Amino acid sequence: MRRAELVTAVILAVFSIYLMWKSTELNIGWVKYEGPGGGAWPFWLAGIMLICNIWTIVNWVRRSTPQSRSVEQFMDAHAIRMFVLVGGSVVGLVALVHVVGVYGSVPIFLLFYLRVLGRHTWRLTATVAAVAPVIIFFFFDVAMRIVLPKGYLEPLFYPLYDIFL
Amino acid sequence: MEIIQHLLDGFLIAFEPLNLGLVIVGVTVGLFIGAMPGLGSVNGVAILLPLTFLVPPTSAIIFLAAIYYGAMYGGAISSIMLGIPGASTAVATTFDGRPLALKGLADKALIAAAIASFFGGTVSIILFTGFAPALASVALDFGDQEIFALMLLAFATFVGLGGDDIPKTIFSICIGLVFSAVGMDIISGTPRLVFFDITGFLHGINFLVLAIGVYGIGEMLWTIDSTRGNPSMSKVQISVERTFTHMKDVLKEWKPAWIGSLLGFFVGILPAAGATPGSLMAYGISKMTSKNPEGYGKGEVGGVIAPEAANNSASTGAMLPMLTLGIPGSPTTAILLGGMVIWGMVPGPLMFVEQSDFVWGLTASLYAANFFAVVINILFIPVFLWVLKMPFTILAPVIFVLCLVGGYAPTEDMHDVWLMVIFGFGAYLLRKLDYPLAPAVLAIVLGPIAEPALRQSLIISGGDATVFFTRPIAGPITIIAIVLLFLPLVQLIRKKRKKAREAQS
Repeated sequence: MRRAELVTAVILAVFSIYLMWKSTELNIGWVKYEGPGGGAWPFWLAGIMLICNIWTIVNWVRRSTPQSRSVEQFMDAHAIRMFVLVGGSVVGLVALVHVVGVYGSVPIFLLFYLRVLGRHTWRLTATVAAVAPVIIFFFFDVAMRIVLPKGYLEPLFYPLYDIFL
Repeated sequence: MEIIQHLLDGFLIAFEPLNLGLVIVGVTVGLFIGAMPGLGSVNGVAILLPLTFLVPPTSAIIFLAAIYYGAMYGGAISSIMLGIPGASTAVATTFDGRPLALKGLADKALIAAAIASFFGGTVSIILFTGFAPALASVALDFGDQEIFALMLLAFATFVGLGGDDIPKTIFSICIGLVFSAVGMDIISGTPRLVFFDITGFLHGINFLVLAIGVYGIGEMLWTIDSTRGNPSMSKVQISVERTFTHMKDVLKEWKPAWIGSLLGFFVGILPAAGATPGSLMAYGISKMTSKNPEGYGKGEVGGVIAPEAANNSASTGAMLPMLTLGIPGSPTTAILLGGMVIWGMVPGPLMFVEQSDFVWGLTASLYAANFFAVVINILFIPVFLWVLKMPFTILAPVIFVLCLVGGYAPTEDMHDVWLMVIFGFGAYLLRKLDYPLAPAVLAIVLGPIAEPALRQSLIISGGDATVFFTRPIAGPITIIAIVLLFLPLVQLIRKKRKKAREAQS
């Protein structure tokens, strides 16, 4: 935990400096008749962020916060395994949307999650994976007229569009 | 009398078939969300807000407020049955709710929670109805200076009263404000903070992207990490006869109910405080003033009543500053406020004049939501118990899918969905290091209001920052904000002096 606290504070400090630098693309000073320039607000806020990160690092050096004293592991084997599996499957879910669209990606994700991670029966897995896209389609595409991305499966939906939209 | 007339008009809106239906559905959904460990009102409202684009704004907010309300009732269910709070707001309910359940009195605890929630909810709505129009009429005179001073106060309460690590809290506020600045600079009209020239950043970072990332994906990862094994559920007997005897017992406990209701309401108004500290404080005070303080923590019914009355009362209290001043009193109301902006409304005191249907419809629907919540809660206790047995490996993927479509719906841009996933992972990792994330969500909602208020104030004054101190209303607010900002520092110095004195003697 102690190492993670320092690494995070340093990464966030670098990010704050990047934000400050990025803000200087706009005027960060006083513009006559216009008040503070467009970059001023994010610039100074990012500056405060940087100060806060330095403060956290000082606390780390002085060991004055619980995290800077903790000898507990930041992520144990179980946490890393869960994070990689669950986080990875969520990334897969979003990435697949670009290829097979929401209606291809969602069933694949649900099949994987329920069957492989949850070890549920095939019957339950298949039911959830089949029902979810149908509900989503009628709610978003049909009722709310928010056309979700279909990827390469778009042509399969033309007949459905003709009926419902 | 005018208020009663407005309220009656409000009831006509709240009892329109669509709105009444949404209240009932919202309360039921909220009860389930609240009962699920790891999900609270803020998660429910953040994930489901995109679904409300289907109905008119008044109906949408009525639905979301009903979810908010229902979740406050529902949080108690898993606190009592599983011994783990269904939401952070129900933490205090576990102290006595769990021991009661272990004694075989789970049904008594559940009924006490339901009735106390109803009582707290009713008291706070009456207070809300009385206070809101008065506060709004004062706020009508507010200019940019006052608005910015109020924003400062909202953020200062997080630093002064939030109780989290101070540099991390300030960091969280600032990063939320910076994210809200991404996109177009409203005053000069130039693109700003377009990271790596990715065009997706030109339309800014929608607050829902951060809210769903933090409260949907981040929260799920956190819950999967922290719960690990399946928690065990208490056994419960339910019969009509037992229910009535319990009700009689519960109705005798009026003192903790009043303490919880009043304290919850006023603590709920403060942006950083809200339902969780409100319920903890109510528990503490109820224990202090009880005739039987030793019984608390071992299964005293008052220990369930006080926090449950408080958390429902606080949820209404949090709506008071949201509707009258445009400053949300809790993360959930911050998301409601963001929703109002999406629906094309300008939150703040003018709503009482220009959108009085909306305001009074919502107020009246809170009365209705409160009524339905207690009825549905008591009738559905067996169903909730059954649902609590549902494994997390079914709930979690369904929520992830809801996050995906919910993140896509507001802007219809896959860029936002990716950003949401990144925010979710970041939120999970930061939360493990105790970075508070609620201030960031509040800040991304308030940023687009705070920045123009500050800049316009400075333009009007010609760069003179003392305007925030010299104006009659802005002055005191700014000073209170600054006092709150430095409060933790003062406390630290006092602690050190005390230690030094003790060391000397």
